Amino acid sequence: MTDMAATLKVQKSAAEAMRKRRYAADARLRWYGRTAITVAILLLLTLLVTISAGGYKAFIQTHATIDFPISEDLVDPADPAKGNWRAVVRNGIEAAIPGIAANELRKAQQILTNNTQFFLRDAVLADPSVIGKTFTMKVPVSDPYDQIQKGVISRDLPEDRRRLSDREIEWFDTLVSEGRISTPFNWGLLFNADSRFPEIAGLSGAIVGSFYALLVCFLISFPVGIAAAVYLEEFAPKNRITDVIEVNINNLAAVPSIVFGLLGLAVFLQIFGLPRSAPLVGGLVLSLMTLPTIIIVTRAALKSVPPSIREAAAGIGASPHQVILHHVLPLALPGILTGTIIGLAQALGETAPLLLIGMNAFITSPPGGVMEASTALPTQIFIWADSPERGFVARTSAGIMVLLGFLLVMNAIAIFLRQRLERRW
Amino acid sequence: MVGYLLATILVLSCVAFWVGRSAGNKFAAKSVKPTHSLPGYHGAFVAIWVGLPALVLVLLWVMFQNNIINGLLVASLPVELTADASQAQISLLITEVRNVAAGQIFGTPAPEIIAAAERLGRWQSISAWAMVVVAVCIMLLAMAFARLRLSPEFRARNRVENILSGLMILCSIAAVLTTLGIITSLLYESWAFFKIVPPADFFFGLNWEPQIAIRADQVAGNGAFGAVPVFVGTILIALIAMVVATPIGLYTAIYLVEYANERTRSIVKPILEMLAGVPTVVYGFFAVLTVAPAIREAGSLFGLATSPNSALAAGGVMGIMIIPFISSLSDDALRAVPRSLRDGSLAMGATRAETMTKVLLPAALPGIVGGILLALSRAIGETMIVVMAAGLIASLTFNPIDSVTTVTVQIVTLLIGDTAFDSPKTLAAFALGLVLFLITLALNVVALTVVRRYREQYD
Repeated sequence: MTDMAATLKVQKSAAEAMRKRRYAADARLRWYGRTAITVAILLLLTLLVTISAGGYKAFIQTHATIDFPISEDLVDPADPAKGNWRAVVRNGIEAAIPGIAANELRKAQQILTNNTQFFLRDAVLADPSVIGKTFTMKVPVSDPYDQIQKGVISRDLPEDRRRLSDREIEWFDTLVSEGRISTPFNWGLLFNADSRFPEIAGLSGAIVGSFYALLVCFLISFPVGIAAAVYLEEFAPKNRITDVIEVNINNLAAVPSIVFGLLGLAVFLQIFGLPRSAPLVGGLVLSLMTLPTIIIVTRAALKSVPPSIREAAAGIGASPHQVILHHVLPLALPGILTGTIIGLAQALGETAPLLLIGMNAFITSPPGGVMEASTALPTQIFIWADSPERGFVARTSAGIMVLLGFLLVMNAIAIFLRQRLERRW
Repeated sequence: MVGYLLATILVLSCVAFWVGRSAGNKFAAKSVKPTHSLPGYHGAFVAIWVGLPALVLVLLWVMFQNNIINGLLVASLPVELTADASQAQISLLITEVRNVAAGQIFGTPAPEIIAAAERLGRWQSISAWAMVVVAVCIMLLAMAFARLRLSPEFRARNRVENILSGLMILCSIAAVLTTLGIITSLLYESWAFFKIVPPADFFFGLNWEPQIAIRADQVAGNGAFGAVPVFVGTILIALIAMVVATPIGLYTAIYLVEYANERTRSIVKPILEMLAGVPTVVYGFFAVLTVAPAIREAGSLFGLATSPNSALAAGGVMGIMIIPFISSLSDDALRAVPRSLRDGSLAMGATRAETMTKVLLPAALPGIVGGILLALSRAIGETMIVVMAAGLIASLTFNPIDSVTTVTVQIVTLLIGDTAFDSPKTLAAFALGLVLFLITLALNVVALTVVRRYREQYD
């Protein structure tokens, strides 16, 4: 009797141990899962935080407000464009920093951005009445001073490890103490074109270029994609050729983007002789990449329209084309639009094919049309990421924030459309 | 000019539509016999006749006018300039003439060039005006012709629908044409490359130094095109990416399928989708700015000499990018396992972990493997992360903290900047592109076959 009880007890404890082990394994797997998700989320957070921590500083830009005496000796009122604007800038700096030696002026002039003379010239050309008077203007300061002002480069570094000498910082501090230095929002980041000088480099060329490329992409891939999807979903006979086309579309969606770049280079640039770096070519390449996405989402949207709609339309005498064009397609349109916007958002972030067709050129004005050379947002980020100047590090992050902002807006529109317009049957 | 012409085509098409529709209205009002088609279809019929041929004509004209004018230009140049010039020299000449014609004059061009530029300007304006005249004539003739065919019995709707069907078929062939274009252009350029560099050297050579001298006086390598180190680098980085992404993605999917409640899923899934939506150039910058220095620091802590653009940094960041692919494809595969299997296992007293590892995972394995293969094909074809974070020098090593290069990096570096199409340097990029295309295609086909075969089991 006692034996049996003991055996039972042993068995019970063994079962208990086994159960514990099994439960522990269960808890372990759950824990692994939680860890994996936490790691993934942490990685995303790290990415976003490092980008925004580096980028927010580029959204403000240090400016100096300088009174430039525009004397008629230097600027001829009859022909102001030919004036000695460099000397005007020098005089402005001389007046702003009391007690500066004449031989130091050349160096001190570099506090202001290199293009100050051109800004000044353009401003005076627009309003020639200031010639002979003092003209007050707010100009961006050059990159090393901007970095000092924002605290990116510490003043405590030993002098030989900074780009600015103590003397230069002293001049800058004079300007600060006179209240000439301000740090307003950097509208130039959005409205200037690219430049070799980080303080005046902006994204407008890239934004316009991306806009044109996406426009071309949309104008081609949207109608062609819908037409192809309607044919394959509604009209195509189920035969070998249709199968080939379908397999083809699925495979095309998985072809690496750089291969599309090679296609664009060999066909659009080499055979058709279209201009390099043009948003038209970029848009064509992107439309080939977006086409499979649009075809796939359109087919899904067409499938989700219930057969009762088709039968009702056919029942009152509509032809197959009329059934699709008048009834099924309008009902599927919200779904198609949602998918198209998501496809366009992918196209906006696409970089590699644009590099191959030359949309990474250094271009200092926004393109005036689809045939003019231009960059795009992601390629501009790539160019800035490759630039050695310190100021471009923050600009790159800021450019990324702008790009992510556009993507966020596009996806938000897509989600809005999906929730507002899509009908559940 | 082309823009105005396109606008003209649009306007004339609208006019044509109006002409056709009012004819249709007249038939409907006056004809004693029943009219076959609605007035709108009569309008659409005439509009298509007016717009479509003109549009095709303009596209063809724009596509081929440059080539034809270039041919005329070369033929018109003095013989001594073109007689023994290479293809590249001739294209340089054409560019110079075009620049001069466009007013971008550097230095003093030769008188022949200036004369050619004048001729070019004349031909261009002749071509542009000829295009306008021909297009407008065609449109007017087509309008008259189409209008004459209209009658109450005319089957305008069937005609229009047939044309629409034809256009739709053309559009669905566009995808096939794209694939054909990819294959032909890659094959064509690769064939030119393999005429210069024997395939055996390319596929089995251990030395990759594509920077060859373009001019005779340049200091550069002799050009070695042994792609093995490039392939090895690609495989190494892709493997690192998979090592990072597979466990995280798989465990995420397991947790989401088996343990997470609806609320957790609704939070975690969009976050993972955000990871997939971040453009690759952003990941590339993240790798350069944050990950590579961090790995370098960590390496120096252990006294390891880590390259600033180590394979680990590029591969690791690529792994982050791939996590959502693996997690969502595995999620789908696990969810596709019939509920009865899972419920049966749980009803027998198995824990969730046991159900997962002994029932769901084996059943979903083909789908998961398919997903991993698709992710691998993504990793191999990924460009921007490696262009920014991986090295340029092809070294034959499997050491993850060394700098290696990949197929995509080489394609980009070989093709960025000047593209003289007859140098083996640029052609090599197409050969690499062909290899890349074939490998990713094979991976995709295998993955899709695996997934499909598995689905058939339960349907």
